[in-house]
Amino acid sequence: MIRVELVKLVRRPRSWVSIALLCGLPVLVAVFVAVTHIAPPPGQGPALLSAVLSNGSLYPAAALAIVLPIFLPVAVAVVAGDSIAGEAGSGMLRYLLARPVGRTRLLVAKLVALVLYTLTAVVAVAVTSYIAGRALFGVQPVTVTSHGVTSGPAIAANVAATSLSGTSLTPGDVLIRTVGAIAFIGVSMLGVGAIALFLSTLTDSALGAALGALAALVTSEVLVTLNAAASVSPYLPTRYWLAWVDFFRQPVLWRSIDRGFAVQGVYVVVLLAAAWANFATKDITS
Amino acid sequence: MITTRALTKRYGRVVAVDHVDLDVRDGDRYGFLGPNGSGKTTVVRLLLGLVYATSGEIEVMGRPVPSRVAEVLPWIGALVEGPSCYGHLSGRANLALLDAAGKARGPLGRRTRRRRIAEALDRVGLAGVDNRPVKKYSLGMRQRLGLAAALLRSPRLLVLDEPTNGLDPQGIREIRDLLGELNRAGTTVFLSSHQLAEVEQLCTRVGIVDRGRLVLQQDLGELRAPTGRVVVRTPDADRAAALLDGRVEQRDGDRLLVAEAEPAAVNARLVAAGLRVAEIGPERRSLEELMLSVTGSGSDRIDPAGRAGGARGAALRGADDGRGEQ
Repeated sequence: MIRVELVKLVRRPRSWVSIALLCGLPVLVAVFVAVTHIAPPPGQGPALLSAVLSNGSLYPAAALAIVLPIFLPVAVAVVAGDSIAGEAGSGMLRYLLARPVGRTRLLVAKLVALVLYTLTAVVAVAVTSYIAGRALFGVQPVTVTSHGVTSGPAIAANVAATSLSGTSLTPGDVLIRTVGAIAFIGVSMLGVGAIALFLSTLTDSALGAALGALAALVTSEVLVTLNAAASVSPYLPTRYWLAWVDFFRQPVLWRSIDRGFAVQGVYVVVLLAAAWANFATKDITS
Repeated sequence: MITTRALTKRYGRVVAVDHVDLDVRDGDRYGFLGPNGSGKTTVVRLLLGLVYATSGEIEVMGRPVPSRVAEVLPWIGALVEGPSCYGHLSGRANLALLDAAGKARGPLGRRTRRRRIAEALDRVGLAGVDNRPVKKYSLGMRQRLGLAAALLRSPRLLVLDEPTNGLDPQGIREIRDLLGELNRAGTTVFLSSHQLAEVEQLCTRVGIVDRGRLVLQQDLGELRAPTGRVVVRTPDADRAAALLDGRVEQRDGDRLLVAEAEPAAVNARLVAAGLRVAEIGPERRSLEELMLSVTGSGSDRIDPAGRAGGARGAALRGADDGRGEQ
């Protein structure tokens, strides 16, 4: 069944179009920045973007920062929301279950397909943006400080301003840290996927499930920035989304990263359990 | 093959299926009839384990459903509430995906898949279909593809919900012949329909459901056995009525209904008296009359409050309740 789900995912034009769009946006941004040489000042705009102007090897991280707030969650929510509700909507769910495919097996296959889609999307963004970054910005040694990334020519100003000595990172270090960031973002997106997958077992409308998950994320984003909601903010799904930036500090700032993994883990486990409990006992009337 | 006991399904406050006791025997061609919204599809879904019963028991091929339905589903071919497919894929790709979705080994495994798909498409009259995506199929082609999906694994039981929807008269005839052929080869056919002609021409046994209740279940042969009366049409109706005085139960123009079991005897009497007989034969109840007498109007007819279900349905239901519980 897992193989069948993967075949369905691969043969579906939507999968490839969404990944192409995800990869296209950072490339577009890279072209603009490279042509105009106007990068957002440090601390503004997408994280890390200010540093990439002089160093393309950081561009994968910057690219992830560009797609993370909206594009990536939308793509993941659409695929996850479609998983059960899409089959129900097309009427295939009843035929799959009568084939027979066990309900738990179907759900697991959908989950595996979702995880692979998410990873493919994140890795594809990283790889294409690495290529674009190298081509457009060139490569220089990366230097990181406890305040974050700086690089090449920017070092002098940055060091002077912060009075902190930077540590040079080898390309291997950059790779490891980027892989760490990809894993963190992958898990965060799995959290989004779990919300959409759960909603997907509740409704027969794939669109409804995807929009429901996005509504949950928007709510979470709003509450995270609201001081009055500070008491609940550590438990919100988007609270630690940006913590992967801490992989590019020296030393790596693990506190938020660990918490981010933990929060997403709890969301994924609870929501998948709820999805399973609901789907396994549900009347299939679609 | 299929046995249910006091099968009941409630959706909230609506009772969709109400104490149904189905009995489908091995080798039957069972017609499951009922007005729209009477609970036919819900029963089909219950039998396949898609929907869980509120109370009552189901047994299919000797296994309890839904607890062990996975053991019998591989032997069941189903068409539930119209065919479904992935519109962007071809018919063959759809069948291959559906076949690959479940576990299978041996003669029904992956190696035989291409051959089985070709055979199923051939059986339903789609052997020459090209690789166009299913979304470009006509309604009838989709219906045939849905049937092919049901036949893919040489099932011992076919559960078909409205299998001839969207087919033209030729198509209906083809499918009827196909189902008859499969049945002769040992497949039990459970056909849910609201099309009387379809059931009348194909089935050996009928169950009629009305508002969730099974109001009748009997062999079609018994139901349509002569009623013990003879129908005569004669241009000399007045004289015939006088001749058969006392035995004529009903008269409608030149049509007489005679309380006599043997048409030949009645004919001989009439002819001996020099009367002309245009038509004579034993009276049989048509499935349509039967159906109308035991069921109310379907749920798609909405009458104003206070006349729930339509006057005809309500009146007849009262009169026929006794028969339904036989």
